[in-house]
Amino acid sequence: MGMHAAHAIVSGMGGMRTAGDLVARMQLNRGMRIDAAKSYVADKLGASVEDLACSVTMAELREDLDIGVVCEAPGVAKGIDAKFNIARLLELDINCVEMFKKRVGI
Amino acid sequence: MGKIVARMGDGDRVDMTEAEVQQDLEDGSQDAAERAKIPPLTSDEIAYLMELYRRKDRVVGVEDSKACCLSYDNQTSKIERAHIPVSKFQQLALFERCLGADTLELTHIDYSFKQVKHVVIYDKPNMEQAVLSTIAPIFYGAMPNLGLYSVPDGPVANPMDLIPMDKIDEARESYAEMVEYAISDMVYVGSQLYEFGGCDGINFDTTAASGDAEFYAALKAAEILHEKYPDMGIEMGMSGEFILGMHAEIEYDGVRLAGLYPHEQVKLCEKAGVTMFGPAINIVTNQSLPWNLARSITFTKACSEASNIPVHANLGMGVGGVPLVLHPPLDALSRASKAHVEICRLDGL
Repeated sequence: MGMHAAHAIVSGMGGMRTAGDLVARMQLNRGMRIDAAKSYVADKLGASVEDLACSVTMAELREDLDIGVVCEAPGVAKGIDAKFNIARLLELDINCVEMFKKRVGI
Repeated sequence: MGKIVARMGDGDRVDMTEAEVQQDLEDGSQDAAERAKIPPLTSDEIAYLMELYRRKDRVVGVEDSKACCLSYDNQTSKIERAHIPVSKFQQLALFERCLGADTLELTHIDYSFKQVKHVVIYDKPNMEQAVLSTIAPIFYGAMPNLGLYSVPDGPVANPMDLIPMDKIDEARESYAEMVEYAISDMVYVGSQLYEFGGCDGINFDTTAASGDAEFYAALKAAEILHEKYPDMGIEMGMSGEFILGMHAEIEYDGVRLAGLYPHEQVKLCEKAGVTMFGPAINIVTNQSLPWNLARSITFTKACSEASNIPVHANLGMGVGGVPLVLHPPLDALSRASKAHVEICRLDGL
C-alpha cells in the first residue's frame, strides 16, 4: 500500500495535472509507444512535448481547450463533456462518448 | 570503498560494501541473461545502477523527458483495503484528481473474472456512471485465475490431484476444460463492460499465475475480444517472468507456452491483439535488492526492446525490484521505478 503516490511522483506523467491521461489514451487505444504517443498528443494540442509534463502550462492549455482540469472551475467541461472535446481534439473514438451519442440519438 | 545501505529482497536493511553491490548487480543481470538467453546489462548500465545506490537521497526520480504513464491493478480496492470507507466512485476520483493517475480501473473486490461474472449486472451500471464523471481512460480489470475452475473451487477435476497419480492425460484434459470456462467468463465480462458499460479497455491482471494453460486462456480471450471490438484497449499484466509448464504442451499460434520469458510473451500478446503488456519479474527474497533490480531490468529491457506495443512493467510488492513487503520503502521503490523507466525506456508502470 502507499506505492501509488510514490510511483506518480518518481516516474508518472501526472494524469490530469498534465497530459498523462491523453498520452495514456493513445497508448491504450492505439497501441502507441511513449515517444510516439507524446508527439501525437503534443501535435494535436499545439504544444511541445516538454509542455506535456508541465502542470502550469497544461493547466492553462487544458482550460483553453476545455478538456478537463483538476480544480473545480465554473463553466468548464467536466467528465463526459471533456471527453467529447478530447475525442475531437485527438481524432480518437472514445467508447463511452460513442455510447453516449447513440443513447441520446446524436 | 564506502558502505552502502541497501536492502534484501524481503525488505530488510543490509550494509554492503561497494564491491559487494557491484558484484550483486553483475550476478543478478547474468542470472537473467542466462535463463532467458538475452544480453546482460552493459557496463554503462551497471555503472548507472551503482551510482543510484551510492546516492544518499531517500527518493530519486526520472528525468522530466522520460516520465511515463501509470496503469494499476485492482485500483478501486486499494484504498478500501486500507479500511477507509470510500466508494468505488470516490476512489476513482481520488486517483484521478489527487494521486496523478494517468489511467483508472474499476474493479470488484474479489478480483477474478469467475467471481466478477456474478456481479457484472452491478458493475456494468457502476461503469456507466463512472465514465460520465471521470476523464482519464478507464479499464475494467480482473485476474484470469484459472485455479478457480478446478475442485474444490470449481467444477473440473483438479490437475494437481491427477498429476501425482500419474494421470497426465487426464490432467491435461482438465486444463482444457478449465480453459474453456475461463475464456467464456473473460469474454463475457469484457464484452459487457465494454459494450454496455462504456469502459476504454480490459485489464487481464496477474496472467499465467496457474501456468501455461492460463496464459493460453487469456490470449484466446484477448483475441476474441479484439476481433469483436477492434478499438478496445487490452492490457495484459503477467504474474512472473517465466511461464510455468503446468500443462507443458499447450501452444498458441504454434508456439509452446511453457518456459517463455517476457521478451517472448509480449510477441504472442501482440498477435492476440493486446495493446499494453506488463512484464512481471518476481523478487528472490534471500538475494539483495541490487541483485534483484539488475535481474529485473535485464528481463524487462529485453522485453521492451522486442515489443511493438507499450510496455507497463509491474513494479509492486515483490515484483520489479520492489521488495516483498506490504509497504515498500521509498528508497527501494523510487530506485526501482527510476531505473526501470530509464534503462528499459518504459512506456509506463
